[in-house]
Amino acid sequence: MATMTLTVNGEPRELKAGTDLAQLLQQMQLNADCVAVECNHLILERETFATTTLNDGDSLEVVQFVGGG
Amino acid sequence: MSDQLIIAGRSFNSRLMVGTGKFSSHAAMVAAMEQSGSDIVTVALRRVDIDNPDDDMLSHIDRNRYLLLPNTSGARNAEEAVRLARLARAAGCEPWIKLEVTPDPYYLLPDPIETLKAAEILVKEGFNVLPYINADPVLAKHLQEAGTVTVMPLGAPIGTNKGVRTREQIAIIIQQAIVPVVVDAGLGAPSHAAEAMEMGADAVLVNTALAVARDPGAMAAAFKKGVEAGREAYLAGLGEQRDTAEASSPLTGFLRS
Repeated sequence: MATMTLTVNGEPRELKAGTDLAQLLQQMQLNADCVAVECNHLILERETFATTTLNDGDSLEVVQFVGGG
Repeated sequence: MSDQLIIAGRSFNSRLMVGTGKFSSHAAMVAAMEQSGSDIVTVALRRVDIDNPDDDMLSHIDRNRYLLLPNTSGARNAEEAVRLARLARAAGCEPWIKLEVTPDPYYLLPDPIETLKAAEILVKEGFNVLPYINADPVLAKHLQEAGTVTVMPLGAPIGTNKGVRTREQIAIIIQQAIVPVVVDAGLGAPSHAAEAMEMGADAVLVNTALAVARDPGAMAAAFKKGVEAGREAYLAGLGEQRDTAEASSPLTGFLRS
C-alpha cells in the first residue's frame, strides 16, 4: 500500500496515499466543524475539506478553540 | 433597554465581557458566563494536541446567546496575529477579533507597534477589531483612526488582579474616545470593575478574577453588580472631589446659649 508522510502540527504522520483532509480529521477523531486547518500556510475553507487531497510532504496546522481571555 | 453598549453597530445589554481561560472545569466556566449576564465571551485558538484531543469547549457555549470573541493571544508580532485572526474566521467565528500582540511572556504587555500594524491589516480585511493595548491615549487615537471598533486599555497586567493602576491614562483615553472603551486586564475585584465604569468606561473584560475564585459563578454575579453600580453612578453624575470639607448638615441654628 502506497503511503505518504506529512507533518501535522509539527509531528510527522504517515498516511495512506490519496487520503483527503476530511478523512484525516476523522482519523484524528476531530469534528471538522470545530477546527481550522492551514495546509502549507494557506487556510483551507471548511467546505473544501472533503475535496482537499493531501500530498506527500504537506505541512498541516490544525487548530481549535480553547479557553482564553 | 435604553442603556445599551453598541459596538460596530451591534447592541449588547451587558457591559461585562468574560474570558473563558483558566477555569478548573467547563461547568465552572459556564456558571461564570451565565451569572455574569455577559453577552460577549472571549476564546483563544491553539494547535490541537494530537495525542490528547480536548473535548471541544465550544460545545459548552451557546452561540445563539453569546458573541464569541476570539483573541489572538500567543501572537508575538503582527504577522502571527493576522494569521490567528484569519484562522478564527475560518473556524467559523464571525469576523470579530480581540487583537492581542504580547511578545514578552513575563508581563504580557501589548506591543503597540505590532498591534497597530495588525489592526490596519485586519480592518481592511473586514474584521471588527478590538485591540488590547497599554493605557496609551496616543496609541488609542491611532487605532481608532485605523478603524478599530473599540480600544481595550489594560488596568494592570493580565492576571495580576491589581485593579485600575492606569487610571489617569484611561481617563484621557475615555475623554478622547470616539469608540467604546473597554477596560481589560488586571481587574481583580468587583470594586475595580465599578471604578472603571464610574470613570466612564463603556465596558470591562474580566477573566482571571472569575476563574480563580473559589466560586466562579458567584464571583461573576458580584462583578455584574459592580459593573452595573459603576455604570449607574457614572450616568447619575458623581460629585467632584474637593480638598476641604463641605458640611452636609446646615451650619446655622445650633443650640447654643
